[in-house]
Amino acid sequence: MSYDGMALLQQFLLVLAALVLFSAFSLLAQARLVSAIHAFAWQGALVAGVTTVIAVAGRLPHLYFSAALTLALKALLIPWILHRLVRRLELDRHVESLWRPALTIMAAVALVIFSYWLVLPIVEQELTFTRNIVAISLAVVLIGLLMMVMRQQAVIQVLGFMSMENGLFLAAVSATAGMPLVVELGVAFDVLVAMVLFGMFFFQIRESIDSLDVDRLNRLTESRGDGE
Amino acid sequence: MNALLVTLLAPVCGALALGLIRPLRWAGWLNVAVSAVSFAAALVLAWTVAASGEVVGLTFRVDAFNVYLLVLTAFVGLTTSIFSRPYMRYVCEAGMTGERGMRIYHAMYQAFMFTMLLALSTDNLGVLWVAVEGATLATVLLVSLYRTPEAVEAAWKYFVLCGVGIALALFGTVLTYFAAQHVIADAEAGLLWSTLYRHAGQLEPAVMRIAFVFLLVGYGTKVGLVPMHQWLPDAHSEGPTPMSAVLSGLLLNVALYTVVRLKMLVDGSLAATATPQLAGYLLMGFGLVSFLTAGLFLHRQRDIKRMFSYSSIEHMGLMTFAFGIGGPLATFGALLHMLVHSFTKSAIFVTVGHAAHIAGTQSIDHIRGLIRTQPSVGWALLIGVAAIAGFPPFGVFTSEFLLLTATMQSQPWLTVALLTGLAVAFAGLFRHIHPMVYGAAPEGQQPVQANLLPVAVHLGLVLWLGLSIPAFLARWLDLATELITGTRLL
Repeated sequence: MSYDGMALLQQFLLVLAALVLFSAFSLLAQARLVSAIHAFAWQGALVAGVTTVIAVAGRLPHLYFSAALTLALKALLIPWILHRLVRRLELDRHVESLWRPALTIMAAVALVIFSYWLVLPIVEQELTFTRNIVAISLAVVLIGLLMMVMRQQAVIQVLGFMSMENGLFLAAVSATAGMPLVVELGVAFDVLVAMVLFGMFFFQIRESIDSLDVDRLNRLTESRGDGE
Repeated sequence: MNALLVTLLAPVCGALALGLIRPLRWAGWLNVAVSAVSFAAALVLAWTVAASGEVVGLTFRVDAFNVYLLVLTAFVGLTTSIFSRPYMRYVCEAGMTGERGMRIYHAMYQAFMFTMLLALSTDNLGVLWVAVEGATLATVLLVSLYRTPEAVEAAWKYFVLCGVGIALALFGTVLTYFAAQHVIADAEAGLLWSTLYRHAGQLEPAVMRIAFVFLLVGYGTKVGLVPMHQWLPDAHSEGPTPMSAVLSGLLLNVALYTVVRLKMLVDGSLAATATPQLAGYLLMGFGLVSFLTAGLFLHRQRDIKRMFSYSSIEHMGLMTFAFGIGGPLATFGALLHMLVHSFTKSAIFVTVGHAAHIAGTQSIDHIRGLIRTQPSVGWALLIGVAAIAGFPPFGVFTSEFLLLTATMQSQPWLTVALLTGLAVAFAGLFRHIHPMVYGAAPEGQQPVQANLLPVAVHLGLVLWLGLSIPAFLARWLDLATELITGTRLL
């Protein structure tokens, strides 16, 4: 892989990667459900953009396919499914603010710093060109995780889950120039099936607790079996 | 090779067919038939592997280590399907699920079997990840099959926790692939376990160290290691009983198998560094904490299936600990323990299904006098619990004895912790079991139609393994031990 003389593309790539990180933050703090879905779609598009630029810069034709797959799945199909589900569940106007926004965002910042520290040994390897992106991808994964912990709304938790997948894909692209094709297809298949199942679960959850606030799913405790 | 393909394709075809066919009477039988075909093919495969050492091709790789797990998986799949046929009919007649639910159940049962067998036989770490994630996807609808609020909650928890865990494992897989790319020229081969294992010594230790932490946390979630175990008791207690049997008997094993394979890579990579034992220590730590915590939690349980799922966590912890110790004796013991634990635990869950049917509840406080009402179920439960608690002459005693000996050899002061843990777990199980099987039966408690054939076969095998391990099996386990540790025990 030769990245020499790619200064302009490099800079463009870093800007795109930074925007991915920014989208992770905006996803974390989004109060309106529909805007959160839009933020997620943008994140998917940006990840596809990063992939395309790496493909151009490194002359890696198989990455074009990965980019197209990501664009179709993460930026179009999954946001579309979520949009439809939200409309059918009549949650279009659902607003739910973040618990202690300043603290949560600070935690996310700490996660970014932690990611940079953690991937230092990887950075020391020769592939210096994309090293920042590996750190960013880990940060996106961890921010997705944080989102799933902090938010109680089922749809937003799913967005967190999918955003983790975005981070993982970015990691695969930036650290290793993409996984083998069979693995990439398998992962995409799993993500799609997971999305369909999540959709079914939204209805099951609403049927059982009349809301999608998973904080109210609290029947299972260690003393289960008591009252029967 | 053909035998392997039949083993894998039978469940795929079965899942498709079972998703489509209408009459429920046939579905149960077809489920049994498909599992039987898969098991027969697995036996042929085992025969081939025994003759030739390993079967390789099409990015599959079956050697001494995974072939015995393949046979075990197909076998438990078969016996559980025999149990599930009448049991699920009762579930359906009791109105707990409808015709659509039954179709989902049967199709997903086979899909789950496929993912398990694929995860065991593939050589590609990426495909392995896809299969383990697929196992979550296949079982999550089964956990929520009864559609009670509790079942939906358990399924959501299972889905989210395992989804997150497995995502971290994918990050670890990416890092492994990254380390491989600097060593292995052919990019496509960079995720093949056998290729990685050959080059393990050259993999960058700093990267592999981080990768293993991610992989251990990720797959450890599926093993049910504390503190990532939260999903396990819920999923086991709220799903249909045959599902609990295969989750406990098979899924946890496959996840542990994955961790062991990855440990082999990391050990090779770290061999020349200052901390060659890092992976082993991590496994020992997680394993011991899971073992002790789950033993304590056994005492607090009020739901019979939750109790036995904590017992599963305890045993998985023990096995993880043993693989962490390493060395031929501990590894041999852990492999044997995987085998006997699967047999015993799936037999127990089948019996628990009947017991809960008799009492009409899963609440420990309300299951009483099983021996009075239906001696076969009561005794089966008692014998099963005696076996899992490690009473001689059952196989669990043998493997736990080996593990204790190995611990005494390498980490003598940890023997105390192990013995304490075993005693705590033993007490926890028996204080609950005693009133359930003995004592007076509540009025009007009726025996049910119970199919105890799978239980008898499983417990019989465990007894056999406790009295004398057949020579071919001992050789098999020994070959697997050699594969993992590099030296033979026998």
